[in-house]
Amino acid sequence: MSDVPMSDVRLSDAPTSDTGTPLLRPVARPRPPSAFSNALVFGWRAVLKFRHVPEQLFDLVMTPIMFTLLFTFVFGGALAGSPGDYLQVFIPGILVQTVVFNAVYSGMGLSTDLGKGLFDRFRSLPIWPLAPFAGLMVGDILRHLIAGGIILGIGLALGYRPEAGVVGVVAAFLLLLVIGFGVGWIFLVLGLLLKTPTAVMTIGFAFLFPINFASNIMVDPATMPDWLQAFVDVNPVSFMTTAMRGLMAGTATVGEVALALAAPVLLTLVLAPVTLVLYRRR
Amino acid sequence: MDAPDLAGRPPAVADSVPLAVRARGLVKSFGTMRAVDGIDLDVPRGVIFAILGPNGAGKTTLMRMLATLSRPDAGTATVMGHDLVTDAHAVRGEIAMTGQFASLDEDLTGRENLLLLARLWGFRGRAAGARADELLAAFDLSDAASKQVKDYSGGMRRRLDIAASLVVTPGLLFLDEPTTGLDPKARQDVWRMIRALAASGVTILLTTQYLDEADQLAARIVVIDHGRKIAEGTSRELKAAVGSGFLHVALADPARLDAAATLLAARLGAVVQRSPEGARLSVMAGSPQAATEALAALIAAGIELSDFSMASPSLDEVFFALTGGGDAAPAQEVRP
Ligand SMILES: Nc1ncnc2c1ncn2[C@@H]1O[C@H](COP(=O)(O)OP(=O)(O)OP(=O)(O)O)[C@@H](O)[C@H]1O
Ligand SMILES: [Mg+2]
Repeated sequence: MSDVPMSDVRLSDAPTSDTGTPLLRPVARPRPPSAFSNALVFGWRAVLKFRHVPEQLFDLVMTPIMFTLLFTFVFGGALAGSPGDYLQVFIPGILVQTVVFNAVYSGMGLSTDLGKGLFDRFRSLPIWPLAPFAGLMVGDILRHLIAGGIILGIGLALGYRPEAGVVGVVAAFLLLLVIGFGVGWIFLVLGLLLKTPTAVMTIGFAFLFPINFASNIMVDPATMPDWLQAFVDVNPVSFMTTAMRGLMAGTATVGEVALALAAPVLLTLVLAPVTLVLYRRR
Repeated sequence: MDAPDLAGRPPAVADSVPLAVRARGLVKSFGTMRAVDGIDLDVPRGVIFAILGPNGAGKTTLMRMLATLSRPDAGTATVMGHDLVTDAHAVRGEIAMTGQFASLDEDLTGRENLLLLARLWGFRGRAAGARADELLAAFDLSDAASKQVKDYSGGMRRRLDIAASLVVTPGLLFLDEPTTGLDPKARQDVWRMIRALAASGVTILLTTQYLDEADQLAARIVVIDHGRKIAEGTSRELKAAVGSGFLHVALADPARLDAAATLLAARLGAVVQRSPEGARLSVMAGSPQAATEALAALIAAGIELSDFSMASPSLDEVFFALTGGGDAAPAQEVRP
């Protein structure tokens, strides 16, 4: 940046007053930053948003707390004999469900930004075109970690015991982040296609409710009708839940984890390019 | 290009002066509607250039194309010497755009918005903060620096939005309707700022719906409607085509309407419009001088007036004059 004022420009209300009137000097462009640095800046923006809009944390935290408490105490006895036994299978499942639902937020945020013309400004800057998405991802990761941490905390307080210990929990949370990342693309695409954040949420939920409930998260599929069992058996959410339970209990097989990763990897491979094309074409 | 019937050749800008924008036959369609229908544009460097047009004329669409935000369906353009399509990244390095609607993060504070952009441009650490503070001070926003943008007034948002375009001084600044919705004082502030920027060497391409705004600021004006250029020239040239405005008179005695209309038509050589409310007439006057003489003639003929006024030409009247009244009439070159 140049520090040499070429010509001083006064922009304040009183052009004749020179009492401390600020000057706007021509400023040259600094050395172009790296793509990674651009992405970090957007990540910083995501963090700021948490600071300024604490309401979004409320949403994020209340739903999983309610789900965990209600399911454990209302249905736990009927579904698993006792709330304590139910917790052992339910906590890994509700973690998956929470992350999958939370993926909606970045799509909604994207739709909001696009509606306000904010992305127009970003797109007219000489930056790495995907950097704004990296920021959304950072926001997602924070959301997943916050919500996941709260659920795990409640679970532990209620008596849930991950048998695989800290290593198992860390592995499970890494899997969660991959799941959130993969599912996130669906909502980024919706965010680019749909005009309002509410539309993103409505369509998103219309699709998320069935795939979460028709899974092995809450209820043992053996009690379901055959046709539904057939669906539950191939539902990617079921694979994710099975792998999460395995990781936290220390019984996971490579096959289970691979099946859980299949959907997120596939979604990323297919939808990341779609996202880029849609974004460029707007 | 193949743009039908445009306003003749581009203005006589010396070929040696590199242009800020050189566009030929730009087209952008939405469905079957051609929002921009074959526009040529030559914007010299270092001037304020205005695109004047009514709602839906295609101003925003044209500007978004030139700012690399949407791809032209046809036509070519260079912006600051770089090809718009094949070298968009280089174009982005030299332009900044303040869109029609504020492109700010409402949840962040004013300072954070500027900080975000400063960091994206590559200012690091303290330099980014210093740049943000400098812009806040220059735009009279220091007091509101740590307020969230959603609590800003319309004028403050506009100032911040423009400041956000100046983090790095651009070679070419696009301003889409920079003063729409502002009160007269805020409007004056923005005008002053635009002039100051231009004086420091920034080329400014702005759109407006107000003839007086284009008149106040711009060295050159392009008038567009229905996605086509219908006139181009300096403000003086346009006004010469339009006349200095409309003379409106109200008669004390409605019975003399015909006599007054005949007299005005004869004196001013223009079509006299009757207002539906009754005893009112409007007619285009070539100059204040001619209008005064016509008024004197009315009084000399014993026609009593209850009111009269001279209004500078409105956008409607400019279009009326430039297109001869026909909707989307053929283009007309305005020459001195
Ligand atoms: N994304 C879009 N999809 C469909 N039609 C569009 C889109 N953007 C603009 N249009 C249409 O293109 C035409 C030109 O719009 P544009 O926004 O360029 O006009 P404008 O001159 O900027 O008007 P205003 O003064 O109201 O801002 C309008 O008829 C508008 O409806
Ligand atoms: Mg517009």
